[in-house]
Amino acid sequence: MKVLKIEKSQWSQGLEKLQGTYRLFGPVKEKGSHNYQELSDGQQPDLTFQNTRLSPKSLVFPQSEEMLNYSLNEGEADHHILKETPKDYSPRAVIGIRPCDAKALALVKMNFDTDQYKDPYWLNLYNATTLVGLACSAPCSSCFCTTAGCGPFNEEGLDVLLVDRNDQYLAKPLTDKGSALLVGAGWTDTADDAQGGIDQAKTEAEAKITAKIETDNLRGTETMDLYNAEFWEDASFACLNCGTCTFSCPTCWCFDIQDEVYGKKGIRMRNWDSCMFPIFTVHTTGHNPRDTKLSRVRQRFMHKLKYFVDKYEQGIMCVGCGRCVRQCPVNIDIRKISALMNSVGANTKCTV
Amino acid sequence: MGNPYLPYPVRIDDIVVESEDRSLKTFKFVFLNPDDEIKFAYKAGQFAELSIAGVGEIPIGIASSPVEKGFIKFTVNRAGKVTSHLHNMKVGDIMGVRGPLGNCYPWEMLESKNVLIVGGGFAFTTLRSSIVYMLDPANRSKFNNITVVYGARSPGMLLYKDELVEWEKRDDINMHITVDGTDAPDWKYNVGFVPPITEQKAPQGDADSYAIVCGPPIMIKFTQPVLEKLGYDHDHIILSLENRMKCGIGMCGRCGIGRELVCKDGPVFTLNQINQTPREY
Amino acid sequence: MSTYTEKIREIALRLLKECKVEMVIGFRQGSVPMMSEPCVVRKHEEVDRLIWDSNCGINLANYLTNRKGKIGIVAKGCDSRNIVTHIKESRIKREQLVIIGVPCQGMIDKRKIAASVEGEILEVSENGEQVTVKTAEGVHMFNKKEVLQQNCCVCIHRNPVIHDEMVADPVTEQADVAPYADVAAIEAMSDTERWRFFDDLLSPCIRCYACRNACPLCYCPTCFVDESNPQWVGKSEDPIDVRTFHFLRAYHCAGRCTDCGACERACPMGINMRLLTKKLNKDCGALFDWQAGMDPDSRPALDVYKTNDPEDFIH
Repeated sequence: MKVLKIEKSQWSQGLEKLQGTYRLFGPVKEKGSHNYQELSDGQQPDLTFQNTRLSPKSLVFPQSEEMLNYSLNEGEADHHILKETPKDYSPRAVIGIRPCDAKALALVKMNFDTDQYKDPYWLNLYNATTLVGLACSAPCSSCFCTTAGCGPFNEEGLDVLLVDRNDQYLAKPLTDKGSALLVGAGWTDTADDAQGGIDQAKTEAEAKITAKIETDNLRGTETMDLYNAEFWEDASFACLNCGTCTFSCPTCWCFDIQDEVYGKKGIRMRNWDSCMFPIFTVHTTGHNPRDTKLSRVRQRFMHKLKYFVDKYEQGIMCVGCGRCVRQCPVNIDIRKISALMNSVGANTKCTV
Repeated sequence: MGNPYLPYPVRIDDIVVESEDRSLKTFKFVFLNPDDEIKFAYKAGQFAELSIAGVGEIPIGIASSPVEKGFIKFTVNRAGKVTSHLHNMKVGDIMGVRGPLGNCYPWEMLESKNVLIVGGGFAFTTLRSSIVYMLDPANRSKFNNITVVYGARSPGMLLYKDELVEWEKRDDINMHITVDGTDAPDWKYNVGFVPPITEQKAPQGDADSYAIVCGPPIMIKFTQPVLEKLGYDHDHIILSLENRMKCGIGMCGRCGIGRELVCKDGPVFTLNQINQTPREY
Repeated sequence: MSTYTEKIREIALRLLKECKVEMVIGFRQGSVPMMSEPCVVRKHEEVDRLIWDSNCGINLANYLTNRKGKIGIVAKGCDSRNIVTHIKESRIKREQLVIIGVPCQGMIDKRKIAASVEGEILEVSENGEQVTVKTAEGVHMFNKKEVLQQNCCVCIHRNPVIHDEMVADPVTEQADVAPYADVAAIEAMSDTERWRFFDDLLSPCIRCYACRNACPLCYCPTCFVDESNPQWVGKSEDPIDVRTFHFLRAYHCAGRCTDCGACERACPMGINMRLLTKKLNKDCGALFDWQAGMDPDSRPALDVYKTNDPEDFIH
């Protein structure tokens, strides 16, 4: 599929054309920060951003989502029987998602799309969404995607990759969905020798990334050696056990299921939940397998940097977007913790 | 794409109070749509999410056996919000069941083997499912010796009392019933905690013998050394774990221990597997 | 400020060497600009981790709740008032503590700085009253007073009210500040304006509970939002539940809040939820002449009945 060029003068008219077929979502600046929102007619995505405060995972995985509904009115024929809530899965497109966030969605998909079970809510939204990525030419100083299996020009999980070239975008279609969107917008001019330009920009962008995460020993280290390591006490001390890291993280997906009733009608919904919260694992008896802060902090990092690695063999459950690092109220830094975990492996390795 | 969060509607067909303190009740459910029963085909050891509209869901081991048709049974301990609500429901009430969930006891591996079953308290439910399955004429010849040690705090707390008495009389199963203590003068069976009774009555372990253990954490803790003494290797000891669950299908992330999810990779694990993961259950 | 760091390290080392404490709770250097990380030091060799600068806005009294053993704790003015409240509420015993008092000159507000500069902030350093901010676009200098946290701008209790050691001489308390000017502005609004104001204030909330968890006052074994039997508050993004959480939490802090600002600092969405607790503090001051954590010997206002307590709300 050939790389196209989109003159910035053609940009908004293309978006307007798309709004006929797709519900469009893009970064919008509000109260001092960017976040992904649905774009109303004529509204442009604000692409002058490095990355959004919260990840775009809410576009396929809303924070609160009604799944089922029911009537508790015994006068009705199907009372107490739960029914699927109808949803709108009409085509939608996210304009300006960063490669890290797109790859994160591809990683999360492994949880919601398994041989045994498929989550219809997540998958239907994901499948209905065309992801138009915007490569990062000016990565944040706290981004460490290149050592997290990703990168500022990474293509995994995207349908189109846009590269900003001042007065135009280069648009590289990566899937049939992506091509269809570009055609739908009327963006059809091919660019000559574009791949060379993209490669050059990619190398420049990657060189700007100075932050890194150390993970090379994690796969080979024994789970229980990491679990029983001594650094957890010190590393977890500051943690507040709030949900900031998990809620802003694009690769976190844990949720809670709740019934809410109003009068004689009710719904079953799911809400984002966090392994950081003390009651996440508490049993009805009161027994809590992770009743200490240390055990919860350890769980988060073990899941992201070890259990996920072993289970899926696709690298770590992190794309290096840096949100948790920037937003943690007490500056718990996954890069520091990963280095500590990584050195457990190095110390226990045979050096003969 | 099907929706694994959508329960099959069922009707409560019968409620039996199992324990003298009324904390344990066995619910018999009948599917409103007969097709759903076919879709629900399960194996002994699996569990299901019992779903009550407006209240919530609870993961409960299936007590009925695959060889019993036309209904499914669950024995539920009244412990929290949903179980208390369930205990107050009546025959004829409508609720939902999602499942079958989880893996089952390793039936293929157990064929032609000696099976020791050790159960305590109200964890005996999936063990009932297993025993009824094994004793069924179609299946009995697949297994060698079957020994069961089952104990509760007192005679009144034992589950499935009538069936226990029947099994005790049979000669194709060695049934050892025990209670922690009792003043009942007509108590015919053993008195003692499950671990020491197991030590006295259970057969030696070897390459052809497996032990399935299901009970409260304290019972498992003290039964493990007994089984080791009897010669059961860690990969011949099979446990069914419990953990806090919500989705039951391996997606919400709550029941994880290490890389395993208790609802999907379990709840049945060998002791060998559990030794290699964090004990966060 | 660098002398504060040296003094804290010196005191911590002495306390550990003399076995006066088993641990010292303080801050260590952050890994991103304008951040520091609360830490605990137990060994002599570790004391050089401890630092003090204008990014130490998290309230360390939060880490004392129900802790055992002898503890050295670095505390600025507001933190020390929370320690007094903790002692009064039996969360910690006075005898357990060696309070390393810090006369505070204010904490800088990273959001204020971010809003005042262009480009990503790469480095922030302080030199006396001068704050130098280096971004991808250039370098900016600020006077610290311009970029202080909101609560620090109106603070009148910068010196610790309780201490065993002091890292410096007390600083002059600020005068001519109007601590409740923002609250008064909201009080002057009409009902509809106020409703809209609070709706707008709380709409970015993602129920992460960073505010609650950063607050030393919020130590209930089970928070009211986490109760399930019965369930008082929904867990979704429904604005009704979001408002319930914030309003009720503020009420639970009434008469106890020291306006340390840790809640606003912790919030990833930049919500000014201090406006709610400040209103309640203002009311407590007006009704009961009460300020939290000032006096280790008097009972809190909502804890004790006096015959002349206001009764005008009883009709």
